[in-house]
Amino acid sequence: MSVQADPHRPQMAVCPGCIAAPSGAIETGPTEARLALSLPTIHCQACISKVERGLAKVPGIRSARVNLTLKRALIEADPDIAAADLIPVVEGLGYEAHELNLGQLSSTATNKVGRDLAMRLAVAGFASMNVMLLSISVWSGASDATRDMFHWISAAISLPAVAYAGKPFFVNAWSALRVRRLNMDVPIVLALVLALVTSLWETSLGGEHAYFDAALTLTFFLLAGRYLDQRTRAVARSAAEELTALEVPRAIRVIDGEEAEIAVSDLAIGDLVLVRPGGRMPVDGRIADGRSELDRSLLTGETLPVFAEPGQMVSAGEVNLTGPLWVRATAVGEETSLHRMADLVAIAESGRSRYTSLADKAAKLYAPGVHILSGVAFVGWYLWTLDMRTALNIAAAVLIITCPCALGLAVPAVTTAASGRLFKRGLLIKSATALERLAEVDTVVFDKTGTLTEGTPVVTNIGAHSRRDLEVALALAEASSHPLAQALSRAARAAGIKPAELQNVEELPGFGTEAQLHGAFVRLGRAAWVGAAPVHETAAYLDCGDGRLRTFTFEDGLRQGAHDVVKALQAAGKEVVLLSGDSELPVSALAQHLGIATWAASDLPQDKLERVQQMTAQGHKVLMVGDGLNDTAALAAAHVSISPATALDAARVASDVVLLGRDLAPIAEACVTAQKATRRIRENFRLATLYNVIAVPLAVAGLATPLIAALAMSLSSITVSLNALRLR
Amino acid sequence: MTVISYLIPISLILGGLGLAGFVYTIRSSQYDDPEGDARRILSDDWDDHPKV
Repeated sequence: MSVQADPHRPQMAVCPGCIAAPSGAIETGPTEARLALSLPTIHCQACISKVERGLAKVPGIRSARVNLTLKRALIEADPDIAAADLIPVVEGLGYEAHELNLGQLSSTATNKVGRDLAMRLAVAGFASMNVMLLSISVWSGASDATRDMFHWISAAISLPAVAYAGKPFFVNAWSALRVRRLNMDVPIVLALVLALVTSLWETSLGGEHAYFDAALTLTFFLLAGRYLDQRTRAVARSAAEELTALEVPRAIRVIDGEEAEIAVSDLAIGDLVLVRPGGRMPVDGRIADGRSELDRSLLTGETLPVFAEPGQMVSAGEVNLTGPLWVRATAVGEETSLHRMADLVAIAESGRSRYTSLADKAAKLYAPGVHILSGVAFVGWYLWTLDMRTALNIAAAVLIITCPCALGLAVPAVTTAASGRLFKRGLLIKSATALERLAEVDTVVFDKTGTLTEGTPVVTNIGAHSRRDLEVALALAEASSHPLAQALSRAARAAGIKPAELQNVEELPGFGTEAQLHGAFVRLGRAAWVGAAPVHETAAYLDCGDGRLRTFTFEDGLRQGAHDVVKALQAAGKEVVLLSGDSELPVSALAQHLGIATWAASDLPQDKLERVQQMTAQGHKVLMVGDGLNDTAALAAAHVSISPATALDAARVASDVVLLGRDLAPIAEACVTAQKATRRIRENFRLATLYNVIAVPLAVAGLATPLIAALAMSLSSITVSLNALRLR
Repeated sequence: MTVISYLIPISLILGGLGLAGFVYTIRSSQYDDPEGDARRILSDDWDDHPKV
């Protein structure tokens, strides 16, 4: 792995953006503990007061402050207080509370960048207002000494203001020039510097035209674009971080029979780890004790639980279903199979970074064009008049008028509007170019388990059983927390069945439940244990006690909106493909049910990746929607990818968009919005070009005045922003 | 035209004051929780005495 290892952020290698963020910036000092709680249900002033007052009453808490925008509480407390102790307090007040891992929240770093930009924006704004005031006096007729004085005051304000506010552009332009490349910032810096230098020169000679106001307005509009861009991404990042921080990685280590809860990162090879039913394996290892069943669907896409007994190997990420398991760790942290898969992701991702955004494409065309144009104007006028001053003035005017104010705003204004709109629908746009890529999609690949389906089973043949059998089955099923048993009891309850009266009900983890009915044994569980012949589908078997054996079959329940999203995407002319790691029967059934013509079953992570790459090689733009670890490589390889919020951390990190709600329908909408957004971006480019086409000939002809430059700049920036707002 | 010699410094100082105010609000983290701050004014917790 190419990135420095940090056990808290094992997913860093797959997310280049995260590398820049300081990891684990918050240290828990010995004198004080800083805790964070996520409070998703708070919404008003009364909630704030109630939570703050409630928390302040807890002994040992020094301060508690609720942030309503982020729906979070930040608490400073004595070091012996843990977040887990505070959750019941807040829940007692009537609010949902979850522990947040502060180490995963780098919002302070993001805030710093935002604040810095806001400060520069404010300086540019205030300075440009003052200078504009003076410029308007000049344009409306101030002359001679008054004009010169106004120009000198303008210069005194502009020079330090541009030097401070324009720093991001100077830095970017310098880093591009150093590697002998051009980016959008190079013409910007050139225009700023040239405008200031010629204006100073003109002022010292008592000239008529000075472009101080233009230099400042330019800085202001461009910074506004940068600021919008930064904010959109900061919002998405903090929400994405919160999803990650909600998963506090803890494990129970057993030493000499003593159980202790510790951070997963502190586990070592050879440790004995207890995994309770419902818990996720924190390590790779061998089962030392206990019998249970494992749900491996997040790793393989398989929906059928796997039987687990001592001696068997388990992988990190699998979910323990029924009984407690004691696992002897054989690999921890970065060495687990879960993280080895991240390497696959890193390889797959390198392909995508080659995407050039629309803004970059525009910059590539634009930057040399502008330089050539103003160079030609300079040389032409110099040869024509042999006057350096006129030639330089005109070259500066050309650069200022063509300066990419509108271009700088064109993309961020649209993406801000579109991301805001999609966020309201429950979609989190993590990547800056995700919208553009989403607009190009012509093939949509879905994963099955956990994406198109809920990942929770539903009984399919409840009507095929007699009332009597169902009563027995319900009574047995209610004694277990196994997902199949729970699905069975939900279905039976819904059918109006009352449980039969059974004696000595007992659950045997990994096998099923058994009990006595009128002296005979009844059993509900695995085929071999009940003595039934196994069927191919997911099933539970019932021994009714009188020698009859019944089979309950299950299928994975469809996720809300699955039908609609497939229909809508197909109606939009996109090809829909289903790739699953599950066995053939359930996959083909689902494909048929949803009307998906192309599907593949029993796919290994490598197979999914290859299929996606194959489609890409055939010229398709693939949108991959998946949630499991087996999808991660494919998610990273696809042109653009979406994962639900319930997905594994690694999958969310590898994808560009996160679906926050349970409903799948927003995916189709996102494609439409993305296309609209891209159309607006192109329109904006055209609008900006139109202004240039009108104003540039004037500038080259030497007819441009600072007033015309100011008008062209402001008008184009405002039209571009208004055009972007149409998206909302 | 002597009026200009008053008006220009005044406009510059007022602009500077506005900027200084904005810098102060940013420095003291007043934009971290816009939604919460808008609602906190409705709380009667500190009506009788200021928060210490």
